[in-house]
Amino acid sequence: MKKLLILGGGTAGTIMANKMRKDLPREDWEITIVDQFKTHYYQPGFLFIPFGMYKEKDVVKPKGDFFPVGAKVVYSEVDQIDPDKNQVVLKDGVALKYDFLIIATGTKTAPDETPGLMGPLWYNQIFDFYTIEGAVALANFFKTWQGGHLVINIADLPYKCPVAPLEFTFFADAFFAERGLRDKVKISYVTPLSGAFTKPRASQMLGGLLEDKNIEVIPDFYMEKVDNENKKIISYDEQEVPFDCMVSIPVNMGDQMIERSGMGDDLNFVPTNKNTLQHESFDNIFVIGDATNLPTSKAGSVAHFEADILHENLLAAIENRPFTGSFDGHANCYIETGYGKGTLIDFNYDTEPLPGSFPFPGLGPFGLLKESRMNHYGKLLFRWIYWHVLLKGKEMPIDSAMTMAGKKL
Amino acid sequence: MGQTVIAGVSVDLNDEGYLNDPSEWNEDVAGEIAKEEGIELTDKHFEVLHYLRDKHIAGEQLTIRKVGKSGITDIKGLYQLFPGGPLKKSSRIAGIPKPASCV
Repeated sequence: MKKLLILGGGTAGTIMANKMRKDLPREDWEITIVDQFKTHYYQPGFLFIPFGMYKEKDVVKPKGDFFPVGAKVVYSEVDQIDPDKNQVVLKDGVALKYDFLIIATGTKTAPDETPGLMGPLWYNQIFDFYTIEGAVALANFFKTWQGGHLVINIADLPYKCPVAPLEFTFFADAFFAERGLRDKVKISYVTPLSGAFTKPRASQMLGGLLEDKNIEVIPDFYMEKVDNENKKIISYDEQEVPFDCMVSIPVNMGDQMIERSGMGDDLNFVPTNKNTLQHESFDNIFVIGDATNLPTSKAGSVAHFEADILHENLLAAIENRPFTGSFDGHANCYIETGYGKGTLIDFNYDTEPLPGSFPFPGLGPFGLLKESRMNHYGKLLFRWIYWHVLLKGKEMPIDSAMTMAGKKL
Repeated sequence: MGQTVIAGVSVDLNDEGYLNDPSEWNEDVAGEIAKEEGIELTDKHFEVLHYLRDKHIAGEQLTIRKVGKSGITDIKGLYQLFPGGPLKKSSRIAGIPKPASCV
C-alpha cells in the first residue's frame, strides 16, 4: 500500500484530499490527513464579525464534513517532518511513513513577535480580526465604543489576505457613519508599504477610495513596539502614532513545526518551486497554500488555483512523468468597499491587477478595479461556493491560469 | 533613465534609479548612489550591501526582518544606516532590484 500524507486540513489540504482521493485507487493508495484542530473556519467571514454582519456560527463547520470518504484522518499536532526517512513524527511519538507528502499547514498570526502588542491593552483596546477570538472581542468592543482614534496597523509583510485590512477600513468608515459616529472617529491606515497596496494601479484606485472616505494613510511605517501606557505604536525609525483603538494585523508566520523540522525560511515559510509547487530540496514533498514562500498572495483563491496545478503535478510525479502543470501566481480577490459595494482584482506573478470585466470579457458580471453592487454580491455568494463547491475540489467556472481576456492595459 | 555614467562606469538604470544589471555594480558606484541618497558609506554599510548582493544572487527574497537577523546589524541599526526606507535604499545602493512586496 502506497501512502499519501497531507499535513493540514484547511482550505488547501482539504481540496487536495478530495481531488487525490478521486484519482488514486483505494486498493493501492492510502490517503491520510493530519490536523490538530477539528473546526474549519471560513476565514474570509472573519472580516464581517466585528461589524455584526456575521456571527461566529456563520463561519464554522466541522473539518470532518469536508474530507473525502476513504481518507484516514488523524487529529494530532505534528512534532516534525523527517524528510530523510520519509516520515512525519506526531506529538505522541508515532511516526507516519509516506511515499508523497503535501505540506498545507498555512500561516497564522504571531502577535508575540512584536514587543508590547500582547500587553495590558490586548483585547481591551487592541484587537486582531484574523482569529475568531479577536474578531468576536472586537465586535463586543465596537458595540459600545463612543469614538476616538481608530488605527489599523499592518506589522509586517507578508500577511494573509492582503486586501482584508483595506476592507476592514472601508467597513469601519461605513459602520461608524451609519451609527452617526463618523465625525467622532478618526481613522488611520498605518502600513509598512509605500501606499495603500503593493501593485501600482490597484494602489492608486484603493488609495483614492481611502482619500474619498477621509481615511489617513501613514505609509512606510514598520512597527517596532507598542507603548501600552501612552497608547501609541512606535516604528523602528521613531515615528509614533497614538490610538484609542488599534486593530492589528500581527506578524504572520508559518507553523512552528516547520521550524522544528528545519525546513522553513526566517518566517517558517517553506521554500517551494514557484511553478511546479515541489519542495526546493525534496522530490516527494509538495507545498501548497499559505505555507509556501511563493511571491504571491496568501489567500484561499491562490490555494484553490494552486490545487489544480498540484493535482496535475502530483499525479505526474506518482506516474513518473514530467510535470505538466505550471503555476502562474494567479490570485483573485473580492474587495468590500462598504455601503453594499465592492471591487475585484485578478492578477498573477507578472501581471498587476488591471481594470476590465470578469470572468467574461465585456460582460462581467463582475467589474475589475471598479466599485459595484454586483462585486459585493459576488463576495457574499462566495461563502456558499466555498463550503459546497471549492472545498470538495469540484470544478469551478474560473480557470486556474490567469487570462488577459477582459482586461484593459 | 537608461544608460548613465556613475563613478566612471556606464550603468543601465531603470526609471526608479535601480541598476538593471547587478553585475555592473562596484563599490565606487555604490558610493556615488549613496551620496544621492545623502549617505556616506562606512565599512558597516558595505557589510550590509555585500550581504544583500550575496542573498540576491542566491535567489533569496530579502526582507527587513531577514537583514535584521543576519548578524550584521539589527533592524534598528539598519534604519540608522539607511534612514527612511532602509531596504529600498540599501537595495538601490547595492545595485540589486527594488525589493518586491509579495502581497
